[in-house]
Amino acid sequence: MRYGIRKGMTMIITILMVSLFVFIAFSVIPGDPATQMLGTNATSEKVNALREQMGLNRPLIIRYFQWVHDFVTGNMGVSYSYHMPVKTLLAEKLPITLTLSLLSFLMILLLSVPLGIITAKYYDRYFAKLFDIINQLFMAIPPFFTGILLTYLFGLLLRAFTPGGFVSYKSNFGAFLAYMFFPCLSIALPKAAMSMRMLKTSVLSESKLDYVRTAYSRGNKTDQVLYRHVLRNALLPVITFLGMTLADIVAGSIVIEQVFSIPGFGRLLISSIANRDYPVAQAIIAIIAGIVVVINFMVDILYPLIDPRVKQHENQ
Amino acid sequence: MKKAIVAVVCALTLSVALCACAGDKTEKPSQIVVGIAQDLEDSLDPHKAVAAGTREVLFNVFEGLLKPDYDGNIVPAVAESYEVLSDGQDYIFHLRNNVKFHNGNKVSAEDVKYSLDKIAGKMGDTPMIPAYSLMEEVTVVDEQTVSVHLSEANVDFPSYLAMVNAAIIPKDHEAYDTEPIGTGPFSFVSRSVQESIVLERFDDYWGNKAYLKRVTFKIVPQMDTVVMNLRGGSLDMYAHLTTDQVAQLTDDFTIMEGTMNLVQALYLNNAVKPFDDIRVRQALCYAVDRKNILELTSEGKGTIIGSSMFPSFSKYYLPELSQYYKQDIQKAKSLLAEAGYPGGFDMTITVPSNYQPHINTAEVIVEQLKEVGINAKINLVEWNSWLSDTYVGRNYESTVIGVDASYLSARALLERFYSKADDNFTNFSDPEYDALYEKVLTLTDEEEKTLCYKEMEQILTKDAANVYIQDMAEFVALRNTFEGYRFYPLYVLDMSRIKPKDIQ
Repeated sequence: MRYGIRKGMTMIITILMVSLFVFIAFSVIPGDPATQMLGTNATSEKVNALREQMGLNRPLIIRYFQWVHDFVTGNMGVSYSYHMPVKTLLAEKLPITLTLSLLSFLMILLLSVPLGIITAKYYDRYFAKLFDIINQLFMAIPPFFTGILLTYLFGLLLRAFTPGGFVSYKSNFGAFLAYMFFPCLSIALPKAAMSMRMLKTSVLSESKLDYVRTAYSRGNKTDQVLYRHVLRNALLPVITFLGMTLADIVAGSIVIEQVFSIPGFGRLLISSIANRDYPVAQAIIAIIAGIVVVINFMVDILYPLIDPRVKQHENQ
Repeated sequence: MKKAIVAVVCALTLSVALCACAGDKTEKPSQIVVGIAQDLEDSLDPHKAVAAGTREVLFNVFEGLLKPDYDGNIVPAVAESYEVLSDGQDYIFHLRNNVKFHNGNKVSAEDVKYSLDKIAGKMGDTPMIPAYSLMEEVTVVDEQTVSVHLSEANVDFPSYLAMVNAAIIPKDHEAYDTEPIGTGPFSFVSRSVQESIVLERFDDYWGNKAYLKRVTFKIVPQMDTVVMNLRGGSLDMYAHLTTDQVAQLTDDFTIMEGTMNLVQALYLNNAVKPFDDIRVRQALCYAVDRKNILELTSEGKGTIIGSSMFPSFSKYYLPELSQYYKQDIQKAKSLLAEAGYPGGFDMTITVPSNYQPHINTAEVIVEQLKEVGINAKINLVEWNSWLSDTYVGRNYESTVIGVDASYLSARALLERFYSKADDNFTNFSDPEYDALYEKVLTLTDEEEKTLCYKEMEQILTKDAANVYIQDMAEFVALRNTFEGYRFYPLYVLDMSRIKPKDIQ
């Protein structure tokens, strides 16, 4: 319990720190929403009047606490660029980014777990070695580049999908999921390669341990030993890795959204930074930070449940 | 084990199958998808629309009392006709009796009064164009007539009213920012932030009704993906393409060449050393080879200009000024020596990083200036920083940018060089120019005014206020199944005249 509370506190402090950094960063970079809104009609007089009207002339720290207060009470403010509540804006975009992240995660699981086990089981066969090479290749290519390759190959040459032909989940959910396939694949491939390799090495190193020999000597078959004993222990480091990966995907999906022209959190974040639309940018960053922190928190909480040794260690 | 493999294979096949379904796009000639580079991030309220990109979309939804036509003439829109009283301070507008708002209500004289009062700043907003505050009093004469009294005579007044910023909007409506209602050929249906804006044909439009039932403006922020989207079929039209992009398009598209109606120049801060010296500015003009810039950046497409005026303003444009400074390295060097910089100097060109054509031009200029010993370096800044530091703060040495005309008068391009102008970001100051500007404001005769504007253009050239370069070429790509696109002398995208090819 104490373990949980402590991790929870760390989580809150992290989110507060991140949002404060964002606030400071925005006040350091040149330009502000008032100049953006006035464009080439801006004069220093008009900018100042608008700043005053928008409450931007108040001290930074006061604005920050005001924002924290509003955010906690569920008021994310109104977007400067789109004149609608930030909450409505984000509620529309969140499903897109979440689908992208969760589908990619699912793909990673579906690809890496079975393949990791197979390649470990038949580690001395040719096909397993071939997988090693392919693996190495995918690990080396960053997701955005995989994205560009997939777009070129499947989008322009094979016409399996229409590049840029994003369909909103509201108008056609099937088409929306279909469009998400290749973006998810480009996120999933490098991560799946990594987690597959990790599982393989983990299984292999576990297999060399004494308890495995004991299990075999008791007359168990290969598959029984593998699934009942080895896998359980071998999965521990992989679960930690997958937890980190999930957090990474949420943040990393921003790049892939750009490559595939997906109007999710990523594009909204980039445009809101360029427009100095603080309420939107701050809310997005706080939410992404929140998701990342919560996932890490969940992994931390789950860990002692899977491996009782962690809990013992923490309690000492 | 086998189950797991089967699961993976199933999942992959299913996804691919779904993809295949999405690929079967049936052509519906009654609608079109147009790519735009940025979302409408200032406002959907026409009275607050600042960005050219916003105005070009809203042009389809809104109209003022007057509007521009293809040739830059000002023609009646919500008003059927107007009269100017002899003093030039009073205008009487006769409204059409068949103009309806998109909500079905008839446009009344009260709505017109409300709209004009709003743009004049009487509701608390700052007027978008200072000239709107000239409207001292707007009076409803009767149901079909509105009179406007100006605080001083202004012949350019009708051209201000022809802008989207002077749109007529219903007075009993609140959510201008999110649910725009106008009188244009298309009505606003919905928007999805950073995704798209959907317009629909307004069947009760008073004039020539639009051909297409539905227009979707799709936001494509990366220039690299525009071509891919056009070729892939998710866009049918894109209006501001470069030569490079056009070269990558297939025969599926009709390409039309026009001009951007921008004055692209190496703008110089006339208040900082060494650009406060006319000889240095002239030397820069002689050092630059404009033809070479066009050849290197756009395969020679574009129109070379010599002052703050572009060719589509034919009434005011002086083509001979483009030949005033021809590249002459010797002359440039001797002018620099005279000014006390025989070995040249270092300078910085600030360029907003989101406008590739301006960056390209700046890069060629840097190379050309090396020949006269000037060591220029490019400083790329974000658009917002450019606005606040360079444009408003005037804290720069030189910048490459394109200046557009926000209304149909020479004044739109010339008033910023008046020494006391708020937006005189080049700090240009010339007593003769100021005198001419003050004089032109008092003139009522169109011909005299035009002459006066031409003189002002000549001063900008002779004084080498800036290194004027070109009005850039731009290309519009329209899928072959459509036709009917035409250019305006303003930055607008008129979707109402576009039709599927089979309909005559």
